[in-house]
Amino acid sequence: MRMNENRVVITGLGVVTPVGVGITETFDALVERRCGIDRIQSFDPSHFASQIAGEVTGVNVKDCVPKSYRKATKVMARDIVLAVIAAYHAVKDAGLRTKCLVERGEVEGGINVDSTRFGANIGAGLICADLNEVTGALATAVEHPDAPENRAFSLLKWGNEGMSNLTPLWLLKFLPNMLACHVTIVHDCQAPSNTITCGEASSHLAIGEAFRTIERGAADICICGGAESKVNPMGLMRQSLLHRLATDANDNPASACRPFDADRTGTVISEGSGLIILEQLQHAKARNATIYAELVGFGASANRSDWLKPQADGRALTLAITKALADAGQPPDAIELVNAAGVGTRAHDASEAAAVRNVFGDRASRLPVLATKGALGVNGAGSGAIDVAVTAMAMKRGVVPPSLNTEKVDPACGLDVVRGDPTDSHAELAVSVASALSGGQTAALVLRRFGQ
Amino acid sequence: MSRRRVVITGMGWITPLGHDIETAWQRILGGQSGIAPITIFNATTFPTQFSAEVKGFKLADFLARDEYERHKDVSRQAGFALAAARLAWNDSGLAEANAIDRTMVGVYLGGGEGPMDFDHFATASVEGWDYGSNALDTRRWADMAGRLLQEIVEAEQDPNMAAGHIAQLFSLEGPNFNTLTACAASTQAIGEATNMIRRGDAQVMLSGGCHSMIHPFGVTGFNRLTALSTRNDDCTSASRPFDRTRDGFVLGEGAGMLILEELDHARARGAKVLAEITGYGSTADAFRITDIHEDGRGGIAAMQMAIADAGLTPHAIDYVSAHGTGTKENDKIESLAIKRVFQDRAHKVPVSSVKSMMGHLIAAAGACELITCILAIRDNVLPPTINYQHPDPDCDLDYVPNKKRETPVQTCLSNSFGFGGQNDTLVVTEFAEAG
Repeated sequence: MRMNENRVVITGLGVVTPVGVGITETFDALVERRCGIDRIQSFDPSHFASQIAGEVTGVNVKDCVPKSYRKATKVMARDIVLAVIAAYHAVKDAGLRTKCLVERGEVEGGINVDSTRFGANIGAGLICADLNEVTGALATAVEHPDAPENRAFSLLKWGNEGMSNLTPLWLLKFLPNMLACHVTIVHDCQAPSNTITCGEASSHLAIGEAFRTIERGAADICICGGAESKVNPMGLMRQSLLHRLATDANDNPASACRPFDADRTGTVISEGSGLIILEQLQHAKARNATIYAELVGFGASANRSDWLKPQADGRALTLAITKALADAGQPPDAIELVNAAGVGTRAHDASEAAAVRNVFGDRASRLPVLATKGALGVNGAGSGAIDVAVTAMAMKRGVVPPSLNTEKVDPACGLDVVRGDPTDSHAELAVSVASALSGGQTAALVLRRFGQ
Repeated sequence: MSRRRVVITGMGWITPLGHDIETAWQRILGGQSGIAPITIFNATTFPTQFSAEVKGFKLADFLARDEYERHKDVSRQAGFALAAARLAWNDSGLAEANAIDRTMVGVYLGGGEGPMDFDHFATASVEGWDYGSNALDTRRWADMAGRLLQEIVEAEQDPNMAAGHIAQLFSLEGPNFNTLTACAASTQAIGEATNMIRRGDAQVMLSGGCHSMIHPFGVTGFNRLTALSTRNDDCTSASRPFDRTRDGFVLGEGAGMLILEELDHARARGAKVLAEITGYGSTADAFRITDIHEDGRGGIAAMQMAIADAGLTPHAIDYVSAHGTGTKENDKIESLAIKRVFQDRAHKVPVSSVKSMMGHLIAAAGACELITCILAIRDNVLPPTINYQHPDPDCDLDYVPNKKRETPVQTCLSNSFGFGGQNDTLVVTEFAEAG
């Protein structure tokens, strides 16, 4: 058992994914094997090698902020929009009467959260510029505007007049910490706040750090996780250049991303957000909060071999899991469910599987593995928190949703990926893992079923 | 059980005033400005045409040849980070230390994003723009961008890449984090790294920050916000924190790196101890996206949290290294916040801003400023705020105007406040065995 007087529990889940908004809708969709990957609708992708993505549709950020804050939604990049929507769902799910919900008139009674004890830790990516906006401005700064064959961008014209075509607050749409900025304003979180920018490991690191913040008594509640959208031409271009995408499934998008499958060919970009309410146990009990699970362990490490290529032996992730188990005071044998990232590339899945085998030995081939990317794709900084939320929900409901498109598990991976039908699970302890595809950061979190 | 103590055992920086600790420190004490017309790109038509650039930097000077071959494709700022990390690592003696458990040596940076591949991006944008329909043709853009943009340049832009390169260079397998809370990032990184050591999650943390926003989009972004000084005719005096005629901050670039180490670990290997990190506070304004809370609410709370974390009262603070950007609003509200925290002693506590000389290193600013605090403690001298000529009734503290000041210095407080209402404060103290 851990020796810390401040135990930390999960009391709220807010997710926005290509298959649903809110944890219930998303989890039900995953259990029903619905896939969120389709041909890209938000721009014409026909000249890209991969033309598919997991897009979030049918959301309006204005429905998730106080009326007085609607104007500020104009300076939100898509990543920020997704974070603000997930935050709304997370606090609502947790039964927190925050400033936002009170001002929107959605809850009875006044604010029931002490702002100075309410922190935030939100993972973010390299937010891509809104290409329509920035190219439209750049296109005004050219030599020979009327002679297409001689037209050329002019930095001198850009400095003189071109840049004034950008809105004065342009930069504020793209600073990574603006996700946390907007969320902390809308819900009035004044305790420690941070923005972790470590690619696909961002969410796990942010949740892990928020866990520590509550443990050491610097906050009672933290909203934590991450959000990102890679569904824009620049995001798609960057992943294409890095050769990570499945390019053979444009005609069959739903089958493109195949975590740990023998025939996997690459990953799929997406967008989404996961924000989780972590709360000090006594604080949660005092307000009779619903508890999804307890967070009992966190570990993090880094790839010492390379900042872009995953390690064949999964060493960095092995270390992160080992540290998280030690932090939880639990042996590997106590873990009954593994939530893997399973992004669907040859090398990353192999590396991740190697780490699971390193830690769990012979049990690795029998341990149920929960993988969501076949349905959701990879959004970057928000993927990990969506995974943690789904894992917490799986523990609470006793059901593990299946991994889509994992038909024949790669024998070289040697894992028991839950596939086909959902599986009942009564796991007392689960581990959720993440690795940055660029940069080499790894992290693991240990969740325990919460019993009274 | 008393908590673990966290000490600084090494530091290094790459700044607009020099590439080693002593050179840049002497220039700071001499009140030199590192600000000059921009040479990185042609800024002659921009509202702001000057900055504090790192000059004459060659990554190859800091790495062995094989190391350089591996890391030579890093972004400009990650190059600064690797060089500063190497200086700090060597300074700490860890390079020669035996039996270091590298799974317990981590990295926590406040690393900025790498500069965009601007020329290629702009060319692809113009090619992709359909002037007839006045809309972007993403097919044409994709064709052009796919030809012009390069895999490695794009990959190296991610803000966590510097931390990844550092992990590889020194084979560090401890926790590896990057935070990007704008201008507060490296102060926050050092504060969080301190807490990781206190808790036992790591024994050593290489922590600090790196950033360069001296590129066309960086200057554009800050110019559009009207945050930058536009004193193009007299740029060396453009950064004038707390002066009544201040008109904005001046962009700088660089990296600052520190080795944070658990005291017993440092003792066991006979390391020299430069100072002790005793306090950290972090808050969010939760007010507005563009403005600081008018009462300085978040800044006050961060300073009070850091002082309390150090187990001190404001009376123990000998010097405040201000965020002091030189914008109208920051300097006014920071002065107000300092007055709230220090009460009747506020006018007796020296406050200065080295941004008057180095410019604003954005994500790297806090780490470099913490290093100046440690040097102030070492040498018992305070760095000045240069270009201070016109007192401002809103800023009526002792800003150590224009000349360094020799005085005993034991405990310093360093502030970093970021866009978006992010406030972080560190307290650093002269090392004493008894603690």
